Amino acid sequence: MTTTSSITGARTDASDPAGSADPGGPGRRRRAYSRTRVGPLTYVAMTVISLIFILPLLWMLLTTFKTESDARSIPIRVMPSEWTLRAYRLIFDDAANPVYTWLINSLVVSVLHMVLNVVVAAMAAYALSRMRFRGRNLLFGTLIATLFMPGFIFFMPNYLTMSKFGWLDSYWALVVPGAAGAFGVFFLRQFFLAIPRELEESALIDGANSWTIFTRIMLPLSKPALVTLAVLSFLGSWNDFVWPVFVLFSPDRMTLAPGLATLYGAYTTDYPVVMAGATLAAVPVLILYVVVQRYVIEGVANSGLKG
Amino acid sequence: MSGRITGLAGTGRSPLRHHHPVTPYLFVAPYVVLLLTFLVGPAVFGVWMSLHNWDFMLPGKPWVGLQNYRDLFDSSSVLFHPFWNGMKNTFLFVLMSVPFLVVIPLGLSLLLNRKFRGRTFFRAVVFTPFVLGVAVVGLIFGYLFDPEVGLVNGILDGVGLPKVSWLSTQPQAWITITVMTIWWTIGFNAVIFLAGLQGLPEQLYEAAELDGAGRWAQFRHVTLPGLRNVFLFVVTTTILASANLFGQPYILTKGGPGDSTTTAIMAMTNEGLRGFRMGSAAAMSYVLALALAIISVANFLIMRERKTS
Repeated sequence: MTTTSSITGARTDASDPAGSADPGGPGRRRRAYSRTRVGPLTYVAMTVISLIFILPLLWMLLTTFKTESDARSIPIRVMPSEWTLRAYRLIFDDAANPVYTWLINSLVVSVLHMVLNVVVAAMAAYALSRMRFRGRNLLFGTLIATLFMPGFIFFMPNYLTMSKFGWLDSYWALVVPGAAGAFGVFFLRQFFLAIPRELEESALIDGANSWTIFTRIMLPLSKPALVTLAVLSFLGSWNDFVWPVFVLFSPDRMTLAPGLATLYGAYTTDYPVVMAGATLAAVPVLILYVVVQRYVIEGVANSGLKG
Repeated sequence: MSGRITGLAGTGRSPLRHHHPVTPYLFVAPYVVLLLTFLVGPAVFGVWMSLHNWDFMLPGKPWVGLQNYRDLFDSSSVLFHPFWNGMKNTFLFVLMSVPFLVVIPLGLSLLLNRKFRGRTFFRAVVFTPFVLGVAVVGLIFGYLFDPEVGLVNGILDGVGLPKVSWLSTQPQAWITITVMTIWWTIGFNAVIFLAGLQGLPEQLYEAAELDGAGRWAQFRHVTLPGLRNVFLFVVTTTILASANLFGQPYILTKGGPGDSTTTAIMAMTNEGLRGFRMGSAAAMSYVLALALAIISVANFLIMRERKTS
């Protein structure tokens, strides 16, 4: 769609995790940054900017340990006067807003969606990048065309499909339709095309069939791309909002994203409880992000596709 | 079908056809089933729906031809106000948010493109909010901008300024939604710009420096032209993302005050997924999609035209 560079070439800082000075050996880096002299001002600016991004999250976390009156105190009280787990206990016992159930639902839905998306996309991408068959161009053209269609035009017809399948208010409504998205196929195909064919050729001579080549050669060689797609697909499912708001109704079937909206409606200004819900939804993805942030950012930087 | 081994003429890539003719179809089958069921089929069926009075709750779905579309453009129909109010609000938000969502990330990316210790860490921090969902960010901002006990008004109060009703008056409600969106999504565009900057050849800067170009001249004549395509991509995707506005007002303002932050997608879902008049909602979705397509194409043509000599 936009950039066609594969994510193999570490064009950003992948080769340089600490962002530290490097001697810029031949061919290691395209840019010498000779122009940029970095003074303390850069650090001051970056620190202030980072605080803007981090403080709201700390505020959220801190609030969950406060009493309701601490969270409502004017003048603002930064630290809790007494640390309490009341907020976490409240949502544990609330049958109308079972936040911990939503957490499990979100995990199940996101993992299922991720697995389905990656498996199906990898299989299709392999055929599209390595095999020639009638209808290949039609399929690829259709797939690219859907990338340009806004998601909301599918809401009405897919809602109807869900009701026909009996999938309203169930996991399947969140796991399956999203896996039709063309991004994964497009993304993995780009990556597969960049893999040299010699390995496959020699496996062929040894009598390997297509499935063996796919599972034993292509997939292991594509680990970075597969991880990137898996993470993006997990995050997309975990954070999906509009669709779940309309296809889920029962409190015990909800995932976190639509659930949080109802929690906020139920507890309006009992902010420790509201923030506890937000924290339960934020912490898993933040942990995941800390572990795989490089994949996420590289994936985004090189694919340049929202969503 | 026989697994013939045939030479493929003129490919120069793979001299052997080493798979059974059915194999590729088996590989693409699962995806094709999903694609047809949830994207291609619905895209066609949605048009069919929009040509009927497709009420989910009623057994009959009478054919009405283009009536649903006519209603959208007929000021005496009940659909007219909610639809165009949503379109207007969505357009307003695009105008308000996109300049910030393009310019601030560009500045951030220039900062992150400098060589200093820990810049990978800073890049990750800037991107962090984007991995959170709209629901989490909405709740955080709902608390920060709470008119009575929120941190923002608490700070204003602390320095002796009057409190602001961030969510229940205009233009404050739009400001809150825009600020939330900037905080939430800015890292995405910054990362895209940064990737673009790192793709610019260093020799260009060296040449410019030899010609005596200062920092500003380098930015003006090397960086900006070099980022042309990235810029086009960022502006286009940001317009589309802002036009999809739903979650922020759904959580923060419930579409209020009045219906001043009710967006096009909200109008559509109210009609089709709350009122279950899905035919007219489908018609809305196509009109909105067409408007976005026109904007995208126009934007593409305008930005391609702006030749910097």
